[in-house]
Amino acid sequence: MEVPILKQGDFLIATFQAALTDEDLLQLQDALVARVGKFRSHGVIVDVTALDVMDSFAARTLRALAHMVRLRGAETVIVGIQPEVAFAMVQLGLSLEGVPTALDLEEGLAQLMKASERKGATFRGR
Amino acid sequence: MSKSNSKEGEVKKVAEPVRGETTAALLRELVAHLRQNRTQLRQEWAKRITEAKLLTAMSQEEIFAEATAVYDNYVEALETGTFEALQGYARNLSERIIPRGVETHEVVGIVLLLRDVLARSLFAKYQHDFALLNRILDAYEPAANRIANTVAVGFVQERERTIRQQQEAIRELSTPVLQVRERLLILPIIGVIDPQRSRQLTEQLLRGIRTNRAKVVVIDITGVAAMDSNVANGLVQTVEASRLLGATVIVTGLSPEIAQTLVTIGVDLTKMNTVGDLQGGIEEAERLLGVKAVPLSLIEPQTKS
Repeated sequence: MEVPILKQGDFLIATFQAALTDEDLLQLQDALVARVGKFRSHGVIVDVTALDVMDSFAARTLRALAHMVRLRGAETVIVGIQPEVAFAMVQLGLSLEGVPTALDLEEGLAQLMKASERKGATFRGR
Repeated sequence: MSKSNSKEGEVKKVAEPVRGETTAALLRELVAHLRQNRTQLRQEWAKRITEAKLLTAMSQEEIFAEATAVYDNYVEALETGTFEALQGYARNLSERIIPRGVETHEVVGIVLLLRDVLARSLFAKYQHDFALLNRILDAYEPAANRIANTVAVGFVQERERTIRQQQEAIRELSTPVLQVRERLLILPIIGVIDPQRSRQLTEQLLRGIRTNRAKVVVIDITGVAAMDSNVANGLVQTVEASRLLGATVIVTGLSPEIAQTLVTIGVDLTKMNTVGDLQGGIEEAERLLGVKAVPLSLIEPQTKS
């Protein structure tokens, strides 16, 4: 199942609807990295609220995704990790080091806005 | 030959129901005897309880009142052969006396005393007819044993239930997640942290972060006396899991001993944000949140001017 990517102003939002296969994840990674350049986005939000399990491949892909997006000049925030998922992840040693996280979409957007303000970028608000 | 066989068979057939009837009849007789001598036997029992220094947590009057109730329930159980009423009463009694510190051996002791008092009165009554006494005791003993069992088991079960309840309560109380201000939680930890508690603590904190939409959490471990590598790793996991929910964790109140232990055993705490005491932790949290508590006297002149 393909993950829809929405454009919201300077930011891209990808919302997981259900558990994804490994191919879906890689496809999402490619699509996001491509569109960050195409839309000249400042930030990417990956919403995983709907996930009730996160395996090592998903965690690694998300981490790689965040680093790739950073190389393309934007920030990534992972939002909506469920408490149970977070607990399971740290027990498996998947702590998404170096990747910003936030409670939910709203928090994630606020965090990205602050980051882009700090960078001195103008908020075009298209 | 065949004749005598059939005769024996007849005798057996007749004998069985007669024996069943006599047990019931004997129990009836026994119950009548216990009813008749209720006052005297009850007093004797209460006296024996006091003499044996049982139920010292209760007053004379209370012992007598409970003794009466137990006695009546006891006789009723003997009469009807059903133990539900007695079970209910035993549970109720246990509920009342457990908080007053009555011990298991006391409860077992008084029931055995009652059994003894009643048996003695039976000895006295039937001392002239040994065969009858034997049959009466045959009827009495199994019922009396079952009653003693029922009361003792009821007491122990009630006590276990109380203990379970208290454990639950302590566990819940032991990890309060408190909101100090908008988006700021504190989690004071006091006492020993075992793996189970560490896990429960993490789960409760993660839920708290979600429901309170917390951005910063201050975990205060001033009240934790010792820490080993398991506990420290649990703490690191708590910090990482909180970060995955988008909350920053500040750990405060590490004692000099704990600091030394952690460094000696080589736990990697570089990911942890630590501040000396709770006050400093809250100040740091406010800085992260971009808010600050300022005395009113400092801001009022500005608003007026």
